[in-house]
Amino acid sequence: MNNLNFTFPQKVKTFCFALMAVGFISIIASFAVDTPSVADAHYHHTRAWANILIGSFFFMAVGLGAAFFMGLQYAAEAGWATSVKRITEAVSWFLPWGLSLMMLMFILGHFGVHNLYAFFDKDVIEHDVKVQEKMGYFGAFWWARTILYMAGWLYFTHKLRQNSVDADHVSDNSHHWKNVKLGAWFMVLFAVTSSTASWDWVMSLDIHWFSTLFGWYVFSGMWVSAIICITLIVVYLRKLGYLDFVTESTIHDLGKWMFAISFLWTYLYFAQFLLYWYADIPEEVIYFQQRWENYKALMWTMFFINFTFPMIMLMSRDSKRNFWFLTFVGFVILAGHYLDVIVMVMPATVGTHWTGLSWMEIGPFLGFLGLFIFVVFTNLTKRPLAVKNHPFMDEALHHSV
Amino acid sequence: MHAESQIREPLILGNKTYSQITDDIIRPVEGKANKYWYMLFTVAVLTFLWGLGCLSYTIGVGIGTWGNNNGVDWAWDITNFVWWIGIGHAGTLISAVLLLFRQKWRLGINRSAEAMTIFAVICAAIFVLFHTGRPWLDYMLFPLPNQFGSLWPNFNSPLLWDVFAVSTYFTISLVFWYIGLIPDFATVRDRAINPWVKKMYSIMSFGWGGSVRHWSRFEEVSLVLAGISTPLVFSVHSIVSMDFATSVLPGWHTTIFPPYFVSGAVFSGFAMVLTLMLVVRKVYNLQAYITVKHVEYMNIVIIVTGSIVGVAYLTELFISWYSGVEFEQYCFLNRATGPYWWAYALMMTCNVVSPQLFWVKKWRTSLTFTFVMSIVVNIGMWFERFVIIVPSLCRAHVPSTWTMFHPTFIDIGIFTGTIGMFFTCFLLFSRFFPVIAQAELKTILKSSGEKQKKEAALHAHDHEASHSH
Repeated sequence: MNNLNFTFPQKVKTFCFALMAVGFISIIASFAVDTPSVADAHYHHTRAWANILIGSFFFMAVGLGAAFFMGLQYAAEAGWATSVKRITEAVSWFLPWGLSLMMLMFILGHFGVHNLYAFFDKDVIEHDVKVQEKMGYFGAFWWARTILYMAGWLYFTHKLRQNSVDADHVSDNSHHWKNVKLGAWFMVLFAVTSSTASWDWVMSLDIHWFSTLFGWYVFSGMWVSAIICITLIVVYLRKLGYLDFVTESTIHDLGKWMFAISFLWTYLYFAQFLLYWYADIPEEVIYFQQRWENYKALMWTMFFINFTFPMIMLMSRDSKRNFWFLTFVGFVILAGHYLDVIVMVMPATVGTHWTGLSWMEIGPFLGFLGLFIFVVFTNLTKRPLAVKNHPFMDEALHHSV
Repeated sequence: MHAESQIREPLILGNKTYSQITDDIIRPVEGKANKYWYMLFTVAVLTFLWGLGCLSYTIGVGIGTWGNNNGVDWAWDITNFVWWIGIGHAGTLISAVLLLFRQKWRLGINRSAEAMTIFAVICAAIFVLFHTGRPWLDYMLFPLPNQFGSLWPNFNSPLLWDVFAVSTYFTISLVFWYIGLIPDFATVRDRAINPWVKKMYSIMSFGWGGSVRHWSRFEEVSLVLAGISTPLVFSVHSIVSMDFATSVLPGWHTTIFPPYFVSGAVFSGFAMVLTLMLVVRKVYNLQAYITVKHVEYMNIVIIVTGSIVGVAYLTELFISWYSGVEFEQYCFLNRATGPYWWAYALMMTCNVVSPQLFWVKKWRTSLTFTFVMSIVVNIGMWFERFVIIVPSLCRAHVPSTWTMFHPTFIDIGIFTGTIGMFFTCFLLFSRFFPVIAQAELKTILKSSGEKQKKEAALHAHDHEASHSH
């Protein structure tokens, strides 16, 4: 095991700043040009704001997905991925950045700077009886929950990471057992809050709409996105000459996870769609009608990329062991899940003013991607790339299937 | 090279060798059954016969002998169907999903769990086949050409999807189970003294020779079947849930149903596996292979799936309020506080509250406590289906159709009859088939045997010592 200390290549750093600049400029520019196609008193640069929310949420969710995956591996006594644990840790610590961005959006919403969330909009509340009925759930209680999610997730992620780095300096397994316990408790917190947070932050954009499955569907998307990011970074670092101790089988297994969780996502997306389409109850099916009428191409593209694409591309063993191929497929699916979030958010906010995917979406995406890479790579430089004294490390180093 | 961490507990206890494993697992098949086996078998067969009687009466007189009525036109029949199908899921999960996850502990229990799947699906099938009212026309469930009659199955109906899903599931599970049995049948054949027994097991083992080529094919087939079975674990119970969820009835129509049913199925299935395995390990002296660690792992699965089910219950409850749909709101209020509140309370206690007790390590490693809990969970999961079905139907959209449901002795008789049938089949299985996949189990002896692990630890220690010199 050599080359355990990652140095952030200057070229990549510059690249990240370039991406962030592109994002920043396109956000500013989109504010300038973003006006509704027909006059609408409720439309105030909605698309530009929605894009910021989409980027913040998506990459926050990648961090959260990685934190979940980290906790899950402790709780499930999984050994195979111990050799890439530091990568998972680095990705998970995008969480404070992602959550800060979300918080910023909420505060701006609260003060009426944007009106993406109807429950912040006094005008809507005044005229909508159905929203009034729900105000006991939104309002102050909503803020309390939001703060609880953020505090809870950050606490567990921080603790899990801290114990992991502390364990490098002690030869017994005490920190491992602490993390097993923490991991299990984090799973409990996550089981509830991943659902409620996606209702509170995403489903509530369609203020009248509801679906019991929504939380699990959002969760599956964030999980697969996190796995893809971990895989891409592992493959990239190996190309740079790091992580020579990570066996091909471990990367193959990451590829299997990409494949499997893509199916989980498809299953949940389709279950939700099928049941609402089948029963055809107006207040339920409207969600898909809006998307079908104004976002059809995007919806189909997104579904094709997130389901058919990984199914065909990642079915064979060889495809998961060809790292160039895996990288290509990973990037495509990652973009697919970003599109998924666009299809969640845009119809609820921009609605019929949508004019098709453009630089207004791609620019911010690149900007957030730049920030994400910058933060995660900076995290990677802070601790050795391999864990020491981990009781499962030997299994991962010999992992061969 | 394969490595196993020292902190993983051994899965085969004691100082076992390959031949001892063979002896321990095959001997019950060769020996005579003890009196407990005969006692249990008699009870099971009598219950089964009683169920057959009730079933015959139903065929002769009609579905009117059941408690179903105009409002509640689905009751115990569908409850029992879903309950049994759900129980079957653990077998497939253990044999397929845990194989893909490389969980070695599955090898102590997979054979019996798969057998349980087969028997549970047969029990489940009885209810749908007889609820058609004219079981002699059941072939019409399949898409036959119109010349057979005027009824072409409705492809839009989840009930037809069920026919495909369940029959595929049954077929694949049966093949998977049987393929696994082949090397073990060959072992029984090779050890048999009685020529008739030898002949029988010889036929059943398909001429297994144990060569490398046989094993390589065996492993390939297992992996392919696991790949096919894994989606089946999801699809079968998802489609069962759609029997309800595609309707517009409040309490049935909700999107979380498919994954929540799958989780509930695994939950109840593991409870039944525990009920059976705790008895089997004792009766056949298999404590070295079905260890307390196995039981603990299964109990952890119970906590996880029980909690997922709990989250789903609360999600449904919350969204029924959040939706602002009055029918939905009333439906859940009625479930919790209506005439069947006791069933709802029982469901919540057994399925959500009681599994949480397994957070205490002392309890999840206690065999007696686990046994009691496994029964509790099975009761809870039966009531879950009852709560979904009957209270929703007895208080549907039109209040003039509101009515209560009372099961008749025929309802009860058929249900207990299937339990009798299930145990009859399982007892016969455990008499004539090796209850643990002994050939496959041997593959983990070197890495997970107690003695072997100790030796490896010593060796690693020596290794370290020689390095530091």
